[in-house]
Amino acid sequence: MNSLNNLITKRLQKIADDAFIIGHRNAEWTGLAPTLEEDIAFSSMAQDKIGHALAIYTLLNEHFNYPKPDQYVFTKQTQQYYCCQLVQLPIQSYDFSLMRHFLFDHAEIIRYNELINSTFTPIAQIAQKIKGELKYHIFHANTWIQQLANSSPEALQKLQQSLNYAFPYALNMFESPNTPEQDQLLQTQGVMPTETEIKQQWLNNITTQLNDTPLVIPCITQSNTGKGGVNGVHTPYLTQAINEITQVFNTESTSAEW
Amino acid sequence: MNTENNNLDPRIQRLDLQQNSQNPNPNPEHSHWETYEVMVQPKRGDAHTHAGSLHAPSPELALVFAKEQYGRRDKCFNMWVIPTAQIFAFNPSDSDMFANNIDKTYRNAGGFKVGEKISEYKKQLNSK
Repeated sequence: MNSLNNLITKRLQKIADDAFIIGHRNAEWTGLAPTLEEDIAFSSMAQDKIGHALAIYTLLNEHFNYPKPDQYVFTKQTQQYYCCQLVQLPIQSYDFSLMRHFLFDHAEIIRYNELINSTFTPIAQIAQKIKGELKYHIFHANTWIQQLANSSPEALQKLQQSLNYAFPYALNMFESPNTPEQDQLLQTQGVMPTETEIKQQWLNNITTQLNDTPLVIPCITQSNTGKGGVNGVHTPYLTQAINEITQVFNTESTSAEW
Repeated sequence: MNTENNNLDPRIQRLDLQQNSQNPNPNPEHSHWETYEVMVQPKRGDAHTHAGSLHAPSPELALVFAKEQYGRRDKCFNMWVIPTAQIFAFNPSDSDMFANNIDKTYRNAGGFKVGEKISEYKKQLNSK
């Protein structure tokens, strides 16, 4: 049972770290998004993401003896992050941030919809609680991509460039900290599906969505670009993000509370 | 990205945005997204109440924006968005048309003295 716990916690850390870093990145648009309305929507979703991360960090604390969320996340080293490289990249221009949000959240909604039925009840409860939020995130992403990809040639060109750039990174969102056999075990036990399975469903879903637009998905299913985040191979951007995230925490004693 | 400036904070990085921007297709002057009016329904069966307005390029995106702008804090079951241009109103200078309404008490249900009749009828029923 203890070894099974170890497999679960690694996967949960990965899910939480991804949400935490993309939440931080997307929050960088606060005050800068293209319009006031979009600013509110995008910032609110970024907050949701950090909330999802907090829920899982709290679970890890309550069920697996991890340090309290603030303590855990503000003191761990860059190499101890399991997040994929896609979420680490700077926000760049809005077309990229929007495309990353589209690619990322289509994976999130599949993962959490499966977790609702997990035999590990605490994660099933979290998944049940946030499914409405993710539904909105997908509604937001799909509507924007449809709107822009079917508007001007300039918008389409920018989105296509962002898709080409982000897609190889996105393929590596599905890296797992466990071996395929270990993940198979988690699946057999009804804890969570394998990332390989989520990836297949994700490809189907984004293909269906983008079929209603002139956007073309690059013809690859694997890539070395953006690989290794789950094993601690990170971009320099992650260090920059963590420095910024921990700035306040590090100025006070480690017992800082807010 | 600006290579000379290592800071990734967009607020710092984008300071030279204006010098570098070469928008090939600037929007014609005064072209804006349409405004939409947002009506919020707090719970199933409630009436929708006007909450405010917003800018959006399509009805779908108006719903996307309305959810966060007017539905993220209070209780909400559903929402309507309506293009402002589709709403027809009186001219404010015509408000005198409504001026005498409160004097016409005979238009209120309260003007009908049915209360006594009802209690009399009830009494009759009880005594039977």
